[in-house]
Amino acid sequence: MRSDLINYLNRQKNFNKVIAPMITAAIPPATPLIMLGLKRLGLRAILLLTLLFSLPAAQAALLVEITKGADGAVPIAVVPFELSGNTASLPNVSDIIAADLKRSGKFSPIEKNKLIATPKDLEEVNYKLWRIAGIDHLVIGKLKVIKPNQYEVSFRLVDVFKGVQLLGQQFFANDSNLRAISHRISDLIYEEITGQKGAFNTHIAYVTAVRKQGVQPSYKLQVADTDGFNSITILNSSQPIMSPSWSPDGSKLAYVSFEKRKAEIYIQNIFSQQRNKITSFSGINGAPVWSPDGEKLALTLSKKGNPDIYILTLADKKLRQVTKHWGIDTEPSWTPDGSEIVFISSRTGKPQIYRVSANGGSAKRLTFEGVYNTSPEVSADGRTLVFVQGEGNVFKIASMDLQSGFVQVLTDGPLDESPSFSPNGSMILYASTDKFKGVLAAVSTDGRFKQKLVLSEGDVREPTWGPFRK
Amino acid sequence: MKLTKIVSALMLAGLLAACTPDNVKEGDAADTDQQTENNNADGIQTGGLDQEGMQGGTALEGALVSYEKGAINDANNVLAEKVIYFDFDSDQISADYQELIAHHGKYLAANPDMSVRLEGHADERGSREYNVALAHRRAQSVRRLVLFQGVNAEQVSIISYGEEKPVVLGHDDESWRLNRRVELVYEAR
Repeated sequence: MRSDLINYLNRQKNFNKVIAPMITAAIPPATPLIMLGLKRLGLRAILLLTLLFSLPAAQAALLVEITKGADGAVPIAVVPFELSGNTASLPNVSDIIAADLKRSGKFSPIEKNKLIATPKDLEEVNYKLWRIAGIDHLVIGKLKVIKPNQYEVSFRLVDVFKGVQLLGQQFFANDSNLRAISHRISDLIYEEITGQKGAFNTHIAYVTAVRKQGVQPSYKLQVADTDGFNSITILNSSQPIMSPSWSPDGSKLAYVSFEKRKAEIYIQNIFSQQRNKITSFSGINGAPVWSPDGEKLALTLSKKGNPDIYILTLADKKLRQVTKHWGIDTEPSWTPDGSEIVFISSRTGKPQIYRVSANGGSAKRLTFEGVYNTSPEVSADGRTLVFVQGEGNVFKIASMDLQSGFVQVLTDGPLDESPSFSPNGSMILYASTDKFKGVLAAVSTDGRFKQKLVLSEGDVREPTWGPFRK
Repeated sequence: MKLTKIVSALMLAGLLAACTPDNVKEGDAADTDQQTENNNADGIQTGGLDQEGMQGGTALEGALVSYEKGAINDANNVLAEKVIYFDFDSDQISADYQELIAHHGKYLAANPDMSVRLEGHADERGSREYNVALAHRRAQSVRRLVLFQGVNAEQVSIISYGEEKPVVLGHDDESWRLNRRVELVYEAR
């Protein structure tokens, strides 16, 4: 009796309850996607979203394989969660968390069969035992079925050396959001230990192409969770799709489609699927990139004959030319404050990276090392430029410290392209090849940790990491 | 003027072999051919011997030169060759192809009811958007030479696919060479 009461009090003290707001009975219980990312969207979007994300038991379209481990990763034990009720068909929450932490390169979760104990509650934790085993942190938790499609997930993060609980939270979940809640828990653990915001509960977008001799090709624009699960097709076409770019609120993608046998830029809401044609000028309509304030697109047009950078204001469709040069100017990318555009130009021969005021004017060259530098993207803190460096037939991902100009080559090629920062700046997602098959890969910003994401069928390319969910 | 046939079947066979069938756009090409054939009845155009076509060491030597409307579908005609190839990261047209493009320009000038779509392509190396821009400029280079023959600008349109529609799916020098190209796709206006 007494110990029950203490347990109860402990729970009250240590859990910050996170409870989904109740919505009318006609709608499935609110999902954390809605809680975290879609506050501003209407009811219809919520319904559609639920539909999209409640597709049959999530299949991983991408297989994640860690290709280069980092030294000095934090040892952590994610103990299998205590399950109560019929959880057989549910995703394994503790496995998802362990996989997330491992994929970050900053943690080395110990294998399940090497766990020295499997505590379920705080009072079951033998700190001394874990200290001897050299484990710094411990994650324990529970998954309980309240009724069909209604679950309670709780977790605690424990600092083994200090012998204290660092975090404890409880969530209510359903079939459509249990994976997202698991990623959310990974985010909380990651942030508590590293001090940097986690980016597991975010989306990635990419283009897939299935091309075989003699068969109509199939191009798809897809969105998936960062572990490759829950992939949904945004657009399916027999003509190429290129250059997806996320809106800063994570609700829309701008992209190039050749579906009308010409290049056109579209914007599509990934939840409602509603889409609008944005530009269809004669010639190139390419490389759309959302401004940090979400109000403009930087893009490449050749309506005057030569490819130049323009800025389109979305509200009034006003177009402003930023660069004017006889060379090729393309691949614009915004600095985080929206004041400047980084882009590539062939004005000195081979493409190099330049920066120019978003109001136009003279451009300043940024890259001097390497003969072929393209695909620039500036990190969210404005300090680092990531790009593709080509030499001969080998193309590698490289980064540049914008203050010192120091360049670090992060990958080995031979055909790496389309680098994109994770929203917390810790990883760079890019397109690579594996035995000539197009795959996605990620490398930590310091180059020490690498992983590959392999799609089951066809080539996958042009990955772009979505923003934090609000 | 009468048509003048100077047949050099071997040379032509070599030329056609270089032009690997494009499965990706097979449907398009078939449609275009169909339209062109249907329109053959009206507007008979005369063709003529092109003196330049008989000179030099290019693959065009010996091919039939005629700008009759149906000539673009004649496998023996110089116009049967509808692909221009380029060097890596270049939009310069080599001397070999300048003559071929001139033939196409003369054909279009002689057939103002025909139009051509210049589809620019690049190999897989380098950035995708840069390759769109590069392939666009390749198509523009071809367009300039076509227009030089007095062709109405409205007869010539451009689309750039960059590296998105390779004609060969390989990853070697020969595949890359064949993918760096501008294809001339004829349409009845």
